[in-house]
Amino acid sequence: MRRAVIAFTAFLGGLILLLTVPAHAAAPEQSLRGTLTFQGQPVNGVKIVVTTESGQPVQEVTSNAQGTWEVPIEEPGQYKVTLDAATLPQNMAIRGGNNQRAPTVYEGNPTTVLFALQAKAADGAATPDEGGGSAFWQRAAQLTFEGFNLGLIIALAALGLSLIYGTTGLTNFAHGELVTLGALLAYLVNVPFGLHIIPAAVIAVMLAGGIGYAQDRFFWGQLRRRGTGIIAAMIVSIGVALFMRYLFLILFGGETQAYAQYNAQAGLQLGPISATPKNLISMGIELIVLIAVGFALLRTRTGKAARAVADNPALAASSGINVDRIIRIIWTGGGAIAALAGVMLGLSQNLKFTMGQELLLLIFAGVTLGGLGTAFGALIGSIIVGLFIQVSTLWIPPELKNVGALAVLILVLLFRPQGILGRRERIG
Amino acid sequence: MHAETATDRKAAALAAFKDLPHEPGVAKPDPILVVDNVVRRFGGLTAVDVGHVEVQRGSITALIGPNGAGKTTFFNQLTGFDTADSGEWTFNGRKMNGVPAHKVARAGMVRTFQLTKALSRLTVLENMRLGAQGQKGENFWRALIPGSWRGQEDRITARADELLARFKLDAKREDFAGSLSGGQRKLLEMARALMVEPELVMLDEPMAGVNPALTQSLLGHVKDLREQGMSVLFVEHDMDMVRDISDWVIVMAQGAVIAEGPPDTIMSDQRVIDAYLGAHHDAPLSESELEEQLHEAEDALEAEIQEESK
Amino acid sequence: MNWDIILSTTLKAAIGVETVWYALAAIGINIHFGYTGLLNFGQSAFLAVAGYGLAVTVTVIGLPFWIGIGVGLVAAVLLAFLLGIPTLRLRADYLAIVTIAAAEIVRLIFRSVEFKSVFGGSDGRRGFSQGFYEINPYAEGTYGFWPLSFNEREMWVLTVGWVLIAIACLIVFLLMKSPWGRVLKAIREDEDAVRSLGKNVFSYKMQSLILGGVLGCLGGFVYGLATGSVQPDIFGTETTFFAYTIVILGGAARVFGPVVGASIFWVLLVLVNGLLSGAVQSGVITFMDITQVGPFRFLLVGLGLILLLVYRPQGIFGDKRELAINAR
Repeated sequence: MRRAVIAFTAFLGGLILLLTVPAHAAAPEQSLRGTLTFQGQPVNGVKIVVTTESGQPVQEVTSNAQGTWEVPIEEPGQYKVTLDAATLPQNMAIRGGNNQRAPTVYEGNPTTVLFALQAKAADGAATPDEGGGSAFWQRAAQLTFEGFNLGLIIALAALGLSLIYGTTGLTNFAHGELVTLGALLAYLVNVPFGLHIIPAAVIAVMLAGGIGYAQDRFFWGQLRRRGTGIIAAMIVSIGVALFMRYLFLILFGGETQAYAQYNAQAGLQLGPISATPKNLISMGIELIVLIAVGFALLRTRTGKAARAVADNPALAASSGINVDRIIRIIWTGGGAIAALAGVMLGLSQNLKFTMGQELLLLIFAGVTLGGLGTAFGALIGSIIVGLFIQVSTLWIPPELKNVGALAVLILVLLFRPQGILGRRERIG
Repeated sequence: MHAETATDRKAAALAAFKDLPHEPGVAKPDPILVVDNVVRRFGGLTAVDVGHVEVQRGSITALIGPNGAGKTTFFNQLTGFDTADSGEWTFNGRKMNGVPAHKVARAGMVRTFQLTKALSRLTVLENMRLGAQGQKGENFWRALIPGSWRGQEDRITARADELLARFKLDAKREDFAGSLSGGQRKLLEMARALMVEPELVMLDEPMAGVNPALTQSLLGHVKDLREQGMSVLFVEHDMDMVRDISDWVIVMAQGAVIAEGPPDTIMSDQRVIDAYLGAHHDAPLSESELEEQLHEAEDALEAEIQEESK
Repeated sequence: MNWDIILSTTLKAAIGVETVWYALAAIGINIHFGYTGLLNFGQSAFLAVAGYGLAVTVTVIGLPFWIGIGVGLVAAVLLAFLLGIPTLRLRADYLAIVTIAAAEIVRLIFRSVEFKSVFGGSDGRRGFSQGFYEINPYAEGTYGFWPLSFNEREMWVLTVGWVLIAIACLIVFLLMKSPWGRVLKAIREDEDAVRSLGKNVFSYKMQSLILGGVLGCLGGFVYGLATGSVQPDIFGTETTFFAYTIVILGGAARVFGPVVGASIFWVLLVLVNGLLSGAVQSGVITFMDITQVGPFRFLLVGLGLILLLVYRPQGIFGDKRELAINAR
């Protein structure tokens, strides 16, 4: 399984190497920003005016050669962003016509303001009507895409958590830290050592797999041998999570960082969806890895053995499966794909020592939704969670999107506690 | 030890069964438990499908059947530990389907478990006290005022000590239940069930995992229950034990009741032999029959795993 | 190194405000986890709703202090019902996940920009403690003796806090000796057995959840009143985890376990902080800078939690035979 992961990571590397995008400095704590593109090309020299809600001027900027602009914001809250249509090149117009946006800035997060540009209608030709209805659907499509992206990352992390739960009964609260570990290992190789992010990601995934192996070999495996109960083990995992989290804080610091490559990429417009190439390639890798793992679980000897152990460890052991070996492979593979999830998360957002911790509950949500301990349930559950989180922002404020997902988790447990794919057995 | 009365009660129970036809679902003269059309499915597998069955008051009734016959699942339905898909049953004329487990116990129908559930980190005495019903001190507010429950607690303790002495556990009174041997735990579980003062005691494999030395003592205690006017329904595999103590035997196979009768003749019933050994055990099996049996065995195994994973 | 300050802050930590409110939170967890076996990982939410109940009632609605306390307590009871009804029928690990998720929901709502007008966003609420200090019987001045000296406000908070702890411990002591407590402990061992003996397990678990939530939520009041403010991030999951560490440190299912645990926990944290900061400043330790001392303490908490569970699950004063958390 690990070999497959490494192979696909390398494959991803090859693909991304083909794209060359200039590096970009790390963003300030909170800001308003955006990228102006027209038919895939950056648009520079466009004036953007940012004011507070009441109209107090904050700053005026113009888009740079990459089409990007950014205004640092001191206080979170509502702002008005106006694009000066007169500064647009002659042949362009703002889609929908409205040149003002009223975004909300949340603490610690850059807020992206979208101005979609289109060709100015030739004289006499009617501009296709971009009414409220189709704007809604365009946003819905965009959010579905982003939700799928997030869902795949959650699924990568959830797979390991679910398999570890299935085989050892451990609800691992330190799994989020395995995600952080992957992201930070890649950063360590990428920034201080100056290696390109793709080989860095490959190295990080391998290292994390090794650490996963070591964790089981020298720690969890020993605890199992001592007969530590699952509740006690769950609390031990909280200790591990605290330990790792603060270790990251000490070594990495509390600031957000970014990888040296692929920071800002010009978006591609694919129908209603705008996506950066790195997004698309990440999603491709994620899908391929998930399919590969799924295939391995269904078709290879080890995979079948892993599912047998998850189903009934005692029965598996008595039919000649080396349960300890299987569990070790799962820890290794689980650690590696969690690390890959971390790298992907780091590419699509920023790096922080709490990034995995913040993902953990969503991973739990995905795993529980799909049915604790079932690998494919975890996959489907995670994608649903990712989609739900992003699409729900059509109706609820983005800062509360996780609230919606967690509330759904609780509702699911109320009505179908075994999850979507879980077997009907009593869990109460 | 209760030789005289034992014969009386046993005779009375046997007399009640004397003229009954040996048919599944036969009506008893004075049933304490009446079950109708109880069905429980796990996915595609029907674990229990019992048409009609009655349990006679004041008797010891055995419930036997091959592995995976659905005996324990049936027990779980009756005692409210699992919900039946359909069906109804009455205990002392009271409808009990859909009644939660704790209310079933309060109504006087108390069960034990196949895997003993001694409360390990409570003392033997605390285990016993827990069984008593209607305790004032189990109310949150009264619990805060020790004076309001002390008197009752003393009476409960006296009764518990009496039972412990009878079950020869009095020396272990202050020990943690977790330190008892497997057989002693079975005894404790039975004694604890008696603290509830049940009318019907349902024992799920009371002899499983008990060493032979303790078996006789356990058997004596089960017989004793009848002598004290309780009814007993128990699941067991050991046919010697069934023959020794039961007044009536109900046989289940593949979820249904297939035969009933007195213990000395039931094992020669053709339906029972078929159930235990397979219908065509005297004829050589064809390929497809073998296949079918294999599937049945797998299903039975599945059902058992399901039950155990609860 | 300034030994005076290190000694004084360490001694103060043994009975200080942090110890008080963490002890109260841990007493609640001890009822849930230690006695009943309920893995409630959402304890911080009980503290949060109580603290915010008080803060919002006084500052936003403008009602008196005592009504705020009432609102906070009612909020804690309501939260117990909201958490309990869907989850108490579920297996222990599901309960853990749901409660931790619920606590995050509570925190995210309290810190949201959307509800900033009510809960004050990430800054929280302040200015609700006046009613409490108006009835302060201590005159202005310094009380105690070196190295333990407090001003009149600290004295008042600590007095009330320790009285609350004493009352909470008395309640736990009485209950756990009673048949009611026996049912809880039996549920921790095996709830099916308890059910088969005619006890309504769901009802007892709910009572346990409410009692532990209400006693724990007192910690939210104490924090709010001592600092004069509530912020959402104080009531994060780590607060719950630290409270678990405290319960296990002091010994689960022991009446004074959480109190002793809280005292030791904060003494150690403050002492390590003092020693390390001193060592860094005086150049004895060079591999760390002063900003890394804080996280290092919490790294030690994680390590401590692991070591406790592995080597002394019964807590430092516990008896292994009576180990309440188990090997299930």
